[in-house]
Amino acid sequence: MADPQERNGGNEREPGSADDADLSARLKSLDARISQASVHRAESEPRARPTSNSTALGQAFRLSAEFVAGVAAGVILGLLVDHLFGSSPWGLIVCLILGFCAGMLNLMRAAGVVKPARHDGKR
Amino acid sequence: MASPIEQFQIKPIIPVINFTNSSLFMIGAAAVIVGGLLLATRRRAVVPGRAQSMAEVLHDFVANTLVDATGKEGMKFFPLVFSLFMFVLTANLLGMIPGFFTVTSHIIVTFALAMLVIGTVVVYGFIKHGTHFLGLFVPSGVPAWLLPFIVVIELISFLSRPISLSLRLFANMLAGHIALKVFAGFVVSLLAAGGALTILAPLPLLMAVALMALEFLVAALQAYVFTVLTCIYLNDALHPGH
Repeated sequence: MADPQERNGGNEREPGSADDADLSARLKSLDARISQASVHRAESEPRARPTSNSTALGQAFRLSAEFVAGVAAGVILGLLVDHLFGSSPWGLIVCLILGFCAGMLNLMRAAGVVKPARHDGKR
Repeated sequence: MASPIEQFQIKPIIPVINFTNSSLFMIGAAAVIVGGLLLATRRRAVVPGRAQSMAEVLHDFVANTLVDATGKEGMKFFPLVFSLFMFVLTANLLGMIPGFFTVTSHIIVTFALAMLVIGTVVVYGFIKHGTHFLGLFVPSGVPAWLLPFIVVIELISFLSRPISLSLRLFANMLAGHIALKVFAGFVVSLLAAGGALTILAPLPLLMAVALMALEFLVAALQAYVFTVLTCIYLNDALHPGH
């Protein structure tokens, strides 16, 4: 038990400075690695994480919500058009069909069949 | 057996100012968030304690999600995204406590949250990019004769975003709570039926326990999905068609 005490007292300078040098070298390399990693992280393209989840139920909810939302948006737009222009059934019919298309587009985008709407191919 | 949708009924608490149980739980969720975060960050230490590190994990989680989806400049939306995530998460989890009201199981609440997001996207997009923001609706590499259709379809697709955003959260919470209630109701009905059916009563109870675990997963997951989609839509406002 007295041994470490004595060794510390005896040659305190020598191993201490060696340890310090070792430690600072390791710290420096760690800093370099951290900064490298963070630069890499910052430079990587902003990417959309897959929003899908592992549970099949979640997937079903997600995809059906996408499709229903497209159709619903078409219906709302159609009713609005009819209300504004008095074109009673036609706005609804046309917008409902377009809403189906939009719902399908949403669905295929959500399922990853079609690329998301990027325009210069940046992403 | 009680109706499975009775739990979603809105009851006035203070009728004069239209203060309902929904308002109560919204205020409750906000109070839990603010109080919890204030408590957690009261003693700020370099080496965080349990509560503080939980607050830090939440912060970092949302910040990483936002930066991943929108890049560094997206951090100006951090207060909005963090508030949305915390509110949805807390409201979902509060709703899991038996007898509590689930705020997010009403589509008007989730739709209001979604409109807040889309409103931010549209307003910020027009302020930042002007009419260039409309480039969002015009994909490149489309034949000219097809363009009008594509633009209209893209427009409807954009309009459907707040609907799908709100529908997903609402439908998940509604369906989950109804399923829980139905299975819990089976237990009571089977017990009341008496005879051999009583022996079967533990089976729906097991199912209800399993569903409870699933619902906790769904509550957290839907808050996350809402946040991720918010980030993706904000990305469109930050870099439309570029």
